[in-house]
Amino acid sequence: MSYLEYNTRRMPSGLAKALHMNWALVIVLIAVACYGFVMLYSVAGGSPDPWMRTQMQRFGFGLVLMTVIGFMPIWFWRSIAGVAYIVSFVLLLGVEFFGSVGMGAQRWLVLGPFRLQPSELAKITSILALAAYFDWLDIKKVSHPLWVAIAAVIALAPALLVVRQPDLGTALLLSAAGAAVIFAAGVHWAYFAGVISTAAGLVTAVFLSRGTEWQLLKDYQYRRIDAFLDPTLDPLGAGYHVNQSMIALGSGGWSGRGFMEGTQARLNFLPEKHTDFIFTTLAEEFGFIGAASLLVLYLMVLGFCMVTALRTTSRFAALMVIGVIANFFLYFAVNMAMVMGLAPVVGVPLPLVSYGGSAMIVLMVGFGLVQSAHIHRPRLPT
Amino acid sequence: MRRSDRDKEFSAKTISRRGLMLGGMQLSFAGLLGWRLNDMQLRQSEQFRLLAEENRINLRLLPPTRGLILDRNGVLLAGNEQNYRVVIKRDDAGDVDVILDRLGQLIPLTPEILERVRRDMTRHRAFVPITVAERLSWEEISRVAANAPALPGITPEMGLSRYYPLYEDMSHVVGYVGPVSERDLEGLENPDPVLLIPRFQIGKSGVERGQEDVLRGRAGSQRVEVNVVGRVMRELDRVEGTPGQQVHLTIDARLQNYALQRMAGQSGAAVVMDVASGDILALASAPSFDGNLFVRGITQTDYSALLENDFRPLVNKTVQGMYPPGSTFKMVTALAALDAGVTDGEERVFCPGHMDVSGTRFHCWKRGGHGRVGLVAALAESCDVYFYEMAQRCGIDKINAMSERLGLGMRYDLPLSSVASGLNPSREWKLRVREADWRIGDTVNASIGQGYVLTTPLQLAVMTARLASNRAVLPRLSRDPLERDVPQAASLGLRPEWLRMIYQGMVETVNSQRGTAYSSRVVAAGQEIAGKTGTSQVFSVTRAEREAGMRSQEDLPWNRRNHALFVNYAPMENPRIAVSVVIEHGIGGSATAAPIGRDITLAALNDGLPPLAAYPAPQRNRIQAEQQELEQRLRTPDALRVSRA
Repeated sequence: MSYLEYNTRRMPSGLAKALHMNWALVIVLIAVACYGFVMLYSVAGGSPDPWMRTQMQRFGFGLVLMTVIGFMPIWFWRSIAGVAYIVSFVLLLGVEFFGSVGMGAQRWLVLGPFRLQPSELAKITSILALAAYFDWLDIKKVSHPLWVAIAAVIALAPALLVVRQPDLGTALLLSAAGAAVIFAAGVHWAYFAGVISTAAGLVTAVFLSRGTEWQLLKDYQYRRIDAFLDPTLDPLGAGYHVNQSMIALGSGGWSGRGFMEGTQARLNFLPEKHTDFIFTTLAEEFGFIGAASLLVLYLMVLGFCMVTALRTTSRFAALMVIGVIANFFLYFAVNMAMVMGLAPVVGVPLPLVSYGGSAMIVLMVGFGLVQSAHIHRPRLPT
Repeated sequence: MRRSDRDKEFSAKTISRRGLMLGGMQLSFAGLLGWRLNDMQLRQSEQFRLLAEENRINLRLLPPTRGLILDRNGVLLAGNEQNYRVVIKRDDAGDVDVILDRLGQLIPLTPEILERVRRDMTRHRAFVPITVAERLSWEEISRVAANAPALPGITPEMGLSRYYPLYEDMSHVVGYVGPVSERDLEGLENPDPVLLIPRFQIGKSGVERGQEDVLRGRAGSQRVEVNVVGRVMRELDRVEGTPGQQVHLTIDARLQNYALQRMAGQSGAAVVMDVASGDILALASAPSFDGNLFVRGITQTDYSALLENDFRPLVNKTVQGMYPPGSTFKMVTALAALDAGVTDGEERVFCPGHMDVSGTRFHCWKRGGHGRVGLVAALAESCDVYFYEMAQRCGIDKINAMSERLGLGMRYDLPLSSVASGLNPSREWKLRVREADWRIGDTVNASIGQGYVLTTPLQLAVMTARLASNRAVLPRLSRDPLERDVPQAASLGLRPEWLRMIYQGMVETVNSQRGTAYSSRVVAAGQEIAGKTGTSQVFSVTRAEREAGMRSQEDLPWNRRNHALFVNYAPMENPRIAVSVVIEHGIGGSATAAPIGRDITLAALNDGLPPLAAYPAPQRNRIQAEQQELEQRLRTPDALRVSRA
């Protein structure tokens, strides 16, 4: 959507934009973040430090960022999509060459006082770039192999760099979010069927290559897969996290063991209890009620974003919002599946609940874009 | 790009359709997550709750305090001492080398210790505590505790460990404890869980092993909440165990100490028994070893030294050593002959110095012969030919029966390791084991305690006690300290007139100038002893050797020399104790064993050093010198302090 498509007279301007925000979304986001505050307070042993206070500050900053981004007109975001994509790609290259090594993976780029995770940034810029690309593309050419190939390159190029870091989980998420945008743009379903069957073949190849010279994954990744397939195999080794996580989750029961009463979390049996495994603590202490209600809140986030996507007639905005939805969905779905033993342990945080700055900021930027699409949706001339 | 309205409509429709499809997929995946949550949290909740409890709660066994072992007067023989030790946990320590280096500045750590610690670390998981040093002084442990902040992963711990305050004195009797081995657990259907406590020690030998059930006690338990690295967060509940019970031995620690020191420099055994109760007052096997070494983990060097010693310090010779009893067996032959009625004891037998039995010449120890001797003189002068004659008259079966009656050839039920039964040879035994018929020569040999006959020093003491009391006394090693009446053993039923002759023979052995142990007589009134010497051959003298001229025993290598034996009871008139002494390769009973037997007897009767007045006047100067030298080595009364609470 370009500037010319705006019906500027009916478009809210100035502070009036606040009235036109997707308030339902904002409220649900705050509710989700509160789950995070409560859990971070609990896992710190009943203390706002070291996690809850910082998390609140970040979320507050995130809300401001979301509003600022939301107030910017949607055509602005469309116009910078290409530049943003190139910048994030360069940053990913930077990680490749200058990234600091942490936890066995090169994921951080240290820029002065900031530690930036370019792979998180790439999630947003890929979505923007793809949405802008399909908005620009003649709708009749959408399923043409050449133009599909270009879309695939836009989606996969950053993912390939992320794989090299090595961070397989994020790379898969990155390409999956891109795929969602490409799918929504109306590319023929046969392409997806092809990709899925190729992926199935690839998985087979990955397993067959194990132990041979052309082994496709690193040993630790294979071990994670083993542990995923049978966590009881090595309860003190690779399967430890999943096992302990499932024990904590299962022992929560209907109403949980009580706030700050989760033995698994309190006695440190749970790994990464304030970051990737925070859902486990929630499920342990608040039981099925707590865990399922968070799941419902997440679905509401998706739902309210979907409202924006369906109400806008702008192709760019709709695709972009669907991309943000897919990204957000992948975060919580993969994280929950992981702690419930349905997916391998990959470093994916629980969105807006896990402690962590990079993911939080990128998510709020995404919701800012949704707000921008919502505020600046084209009003039908009546 | 500007689009036509048709394109716009098409685009919006596509996006809506595809968006809803994506939404549908997302919703179904969320449904899967919800189903999984429901499955784990509602359906399998109990199971997971149990697993969480298992994670959280650790059942720890509290080792019971081991029972003390005391001597008959309450002197501590085996006790428990505070053991301060330092353990290290790898996962808390971080850089192990740095930490051990710092620790080495506070307490002495040898390179061997460091090597062992590193080896243990590679064998155990990071959270398993590994003992770095044990038996530290209070000062050393305080230094470690004070520097705790600089020593992450290092924990000072406290526990009880076994110690033997009398060192080598009691090691053969009390034994020692050691860590539970695989072999100890073998064959146990339901091993006491306490055995699985790391570092738990159980009796490995002697009374520690024989009375393990009494000494061990029952473990208590403690349920604690632990965190993921096994650190105890709090105690949930606690059940105290039952400490092991005390064991009171019949041994007199002071007498035991004296007996052992009296045999210093020799390889031998001495047993002192109460003739009425069978209480073993001393059970000394020389040389001995320090049981504490085994508790602390003996070094290879020390262990090899003990194993390679010709005097076999590790063997408890009092019950494990089997020796031909030699002439100390002659009372058995004499009583067998009297019992069989083949002599009245007064009858004299001519001893020309040898006797030919079915073509073989059997010699008397006195080459010139004893002339005509009756039973009493035959015992006192230890005439072999007299007993050759008696044995042929009554036969091996009678000797065998009498031997058994006097307690030889049987295994006593004592809480000691590998108590030997000796050998009381019979026709049946020879046929079964040697697959040969009993020959008359075997009987002749057996009559003077040679040939196949084997006895342990304890058995000789029992034999002497039975002779002295005419009762079927059995040895015992532990007793109830509150015991009032000593249970009386059944009568042996030996006729008093027979015993009078035996006693007379034994009295004359020591107290008659012709007796073989005359130089070991006691002159103090009421403390006189009666006994019998014995000298048993280890290797039979061949005809060739005999013809080449008897070599002096002193010229033989030590391990080919004769064993020296002596048994006695005292006081002569009213016997209270029976004593047996065996000195391995001691050459002669009268020269080597008898003086030791006499001294130990005097020590027992006087409850301390034998009084000089008990010795014949001409010997006193020499004895005094010997005693002064011996006294240096004896434990002070302070070391034998009664420690009963």
